[in-house]
Amino acid sequence: MGELALLVATRKGAWIYRSDDDRRAWRADGPHFLGHIIHHLVLDPRDGRTLLAAAKTGHLGPTIFRSIDLGRSWSEASRPPAFPKAAEGEAGRAVDHTFWLTPGHASEPGVWYAGTSPQALFRSEDCGDTWEGVTGFNDNPAYAGKLGGTQDGTPDGAKLHSLLVDPRDANHLYLGMSGGGVHESTDRGKTWATLIDGMEVVTGFDASQWAFHDPHCVTLCPSNPDRLYQQNHCGIYRIDRPSNRWQRIGRAMPAEVGDIGFPIVAHPRDDQTTWVFPMDGTDVWPRTSPAGKPAAYVTRDGGESWHRQDNGLPGDGAWWTVYRQAMANDTCDPVGLYVGTSSGAVWASTDEGEHWRPLAEHLPAIYAVETAVLD
Amino acid sequence: MNVLIPSALQSYTGAAEVEAAGGNLAELLVALDERYPGIRFRMVDEQDRFRRHMRCFVNGTQVFDLARSLSAEDEVIIIQALSGG
Repeated sequence: MGELALLVATRKGAWIYRSDDDRRAWRADGPHFLGHIIHHLVLDPRDGRTLLAAAKTGHLGPTIFRSIDLGRSWSEASRPPAFPKAAEGEAGRAVDHTFWLTPGHASEPGVWYAGTSPQALFRSEDCGDTWEGVTGFNDNPAYAGKLGGTQDGTPDGAKLHSLLVDPRDANHLYLGMSGGGVHESTDRGKTWATLIDGMEVVTGFDASQWAFHDPHCVTLCPSNPDRLYQQNHCGIYRIDRPSNRWQRIGRAMPAEVGDIGFPIVAHPRDDQTTWVFPMDGTDVWPRTSPAGKPAAYVTRDGGESWHRQDNGLPGDGAWWTVYRQAMANDTCDPVGLYVGTSSGAVWASTDEGEHWRPLAEHLPAIYAVETAVLD
Repeated sequence: MNVLIPSALQSYTGAAEVEAAGGNLAELLVALDERYPGIRFRMVDEQDRFRRHMRCFVNGTQVFDLARSLSAEDEVIIIQALSGG
């Protein structure tokens, strides 16, 4: 296996941490793009060396930076994700930021997908240099006027996220929207179907309307692509295709913790195992660790039961949050887990969450953490 | 004409001031983008609106319309808005 790396995207730049063989010592490379808001930094697993970074600043518009030498040098996408120019007299939409990046199917080298805020889907066929809107989604009449603007949904805009490509079929795609549920395409984005049955919504809203659903993060089990797990604004779910109905498996979480959070991570080899990192979703939604006591929770039986994992994490007084892109796993045995916090720390576990230790501290607020195996 | 570039965009130009030409603001921005690829989209969105925290002044007057005509003697200043903090 190549060198294991951790790709950390923050509100003020990006860092790449490179590991030794036993994942104990990590060497920091960064900051890259100091001062830029980096929403996602992702390696192309198909070549082990191409990195894409979704960037903007408080003043400057959004762009995509690309590196083909593991971050030693960067170039800017010649055509970043952008909507078409609107007809005269129409307001038209503008991309505020690219939020999510996903490499395409293994059979489609050079293909990437991007999710943006306002919610829209873009695809690149040339390793992220130029991007086109996926018109089957962005211009779909069923979605018209319901995809939100930058002032809707979460504090800095509703986001299209959790772009998933079925490893068995390049045409089979899933996506989540923080203002709009889970959707599926089986024809590479030309047409879409909603996948919200069984998902709950905030009291008072109509669960039959996809626009009222708020999935926070959806993941597909690498060992069983027919099984997906979802951390939602309203609980933790599992679905086993071809069923179209989600089951709320978070009911088995301890009542004092609840089943609200942002991230969810699936075990690379065991579809019964998944991890979440709960947050406080009571009254005004503090979105902090419940009671200031952060912990991961793991299920090893598909959601029938959950086990708290807080050994090494602060036992009290830790009021941070782990955002939806800020929890990741490696594929080692035992699996390594990594969480980046809103307070700028990275915590790591090399034993599937049983013990945690700090890997990095004093970074800016962390938006995303990804693992990568470098060529 | 002389165009003043804010610090956030000098990674594109390598300078705080550049010379560029255009019959109006839209043409000027296209000319800048041809010479410094990518710079325009950081300032102006895909609907040809200046981004929320970017400002453009021509001869000391703020300009919003890209159709604003320009002459070689004009001075264009692009700045980052004072957005608090």
